[in-house]
Amino acid sequence: MSFPWAKHYEPKSDFMKWVDSRLPIPRFVYSAVGGGYPVPRNLNYFWNFGFMAGLALMIQIITGIVLAMHYDPSSAGAFLSVEHIMRDVNAGWFLRYAHANGASFFFIIIYLHIFRGLYYGSYKAPREVIWLIGVLIFLLMMATAFMGYALVWGQMSFWGARVITGFFSAIPFVGEPLRVWLLGGYAPDDATVNRFFALHYLLPFAILGVVILHIWALHIPGSSNPTGIEVKEEQDTVPFHPYYTAKDGFTVVLYLLIFAVVVFFLPNIMGDPDNYIAANPMSTPAHIAPEWYFCPFYAILRAFTFNFLWIDAKLWGVIAMFASIILLFFLPWMDASPVRSSGYRPLYKKFFWALVVDVIVLGVIGKLPPNQPFILIGQFAAIYYFAHFLIILPIVSRIEKPLPLPNSITEAVLAKHSSTSTLSGDLAAQPAE
Amino acid sequence: MAEITTDMHGDDAFEDGVRRRDFIHVATLSFAGVGTVAAVAPLLVQMAPSADVLAQSSTEVDLSPIQPGQAIKVMWRKQPVFVRNLTPTEIAAVDAVPLSSLRDPQTLAQRTKPGKSNWLITMGVCTHLGCVPLGAGPGEDRGPYEGYFCPCHGSAYDPAGRIRKGPAPKNLEVPDYKFSTDKIVQIG
Repeated sequence: MSFPWAKHYEPKSDFMKWVDSRLPIPRFVYSAVGGGYPVPRNLNYFWNFGFMAGLALMIQIITGIVLAMHYDPSSAGAFLSVEHIMRDVNAGWFLRYAHANGASFFFIIIYLHIFRGLYYGSYKAPREVIWLIGVLIFLLMMATAFMGYALVWGQMSFWGARVITGFFSAIPFVGEPLRVWLLGGYAPDDATVNRFFALHYLLPFAILGVVILHIWALHIPGSSNPTGIEVKEEQDTVPFHPYYTAKDGFTVVLYLLIFAVVVFFLPNIMGDPDNYIAANPMSTPAHIAPEWYFCPFYAILRAFTFNFLWIDAKLWGVIAMFASIILLFFLPWMDASPVRSSGYRPLYKKFFWALVVDVIVLGVIGKLPPNQPFILIGQFAAIYYFAHFLIILPIVSRIEKPLPLPNSITEAVLAKHSSTSTLSGDLAAQPAE
Repeated sequence: MAEITTDMHGDDAFEDGVRRRDFIHVATLSFAGVGTVAAVAPLLVQMAPSADVLAQSSTEVDLSPIQPGQAIKVMWRKQPVFVRNLTPTEIAAVDAVPLSSLRDPQTLAQRTKPGKSNWLITMGVCTHLGCVPLGAGPGEDRGPYEGYFCPCHGSAYDPAGRIRKGPAPKNLEVPDYKFSTDKIVQIG
């Protein structure tokens, strides 16, 4: 794996030599995220989100484990124990705000990471499996986030759990028994909150395992890069450490800075105030909306307001919502263009930005109450979402004439550098390092 | 024509090519398969409602305090049930609606017990996404059809609990119930 010029680990001390010859973990780390992993020299800041996503996952796992030490997974005790964490547990408010906002930040990072992949064609051969594993991680994250939100057992938790598990009842014949089986009752109750807690504790570790597969698969071809052309020779790469550890470290500091501002000063900005009312199975909040990170998919769910063929609107909505994510698994084979980066795909680039706008529109619609004209806007946005992947992308990738690609990463870097630094020709010749 | 051969385990193949070892493979895998299913079954059925949850699956309601035009909410299986005493005007109004105009065509008689057509007992669960409609509590908005109104996505039901407008696909579900006496109903 990796490139022939990748440096090999050389233990510096006798002790490390002793360890390395018995359990070569230092060697493994060196080749994975150290000086032994050559990375394209031209990565821009959009390549930093993978590292930040790893950090976000660790923050969730660590804060989550300590919160679990104070949480009571029962329908009578759940909401009270969350308030207990907020008011009585030492630093409990900080841990809970970090965990709740950490989930939102995790999704911000992941969405940027996914759109990076879409813009730069990172999903294309030979990196399809990295992309497939990535979509799987996204699905696992959604399941984890949904169950974690239910654990708070406020009004929005309860009715969110009720509505989301209600999707399953749309499935013909087995739907209602399946829903009851998932809940362990006829409505969310003790059994539900208990199993959600068990799974919410389990799934992050499953995600961690799949993340390791994601990184493993990444290290076979190596990272993609903004030009989308493959690494050809040693001068196209720099070692991961210290170059990208330093660069990732810089954005980690920025990330933690913004995260801290939200946790300390705006901790409820992304939450719904109704979730500070304890769950009440006899009364529904006037307006149910999911957390922001589910809103685009919720908008697609609600886009079907009419029966079509022999399938009713409710089932169509559920099918469309799941299809909108499952679709991503087929992306590497729907895009026929051999050129990866949108930088050289003038036509696709326009449609990429149209998709970004479309997903944002869906997200806003998903949060708004279902009145006109929002219903109609949501329907058009949902149609466009599917049209992008099923019609526009396959056609554009076949008819588009891409711009000429540079011969190598190094050539692209130097061309860019000499065109921007007109002041001194000497600068271009000197390594920025 | 298959020859009788001897493999490295000294296993003779019969003329049809099936060896004794093939039988052992099939038998072993079958037993392992049955055993696995037997072991997985408890892991799956533990998710279904437990005995104490099922034990709450019936509830009794005293109808005597409910005046005509009034409705109450009772809890059954941790979900609200609406018990409504329809007025003669409401009954006449819902009976006058042509069935062909309904999304989920049902008469009031089909949704109530014989001779008790003023007692409409339905789940208080919107058939769209499971919200609790308004209209059973005092002073709540009963919507444009004077029945129930779901605030979540605007589904409107008539006094017979039938869907008339909005995204819900079905009428409010009528649970299993029976009149234990003239004024006592057992739901579930």
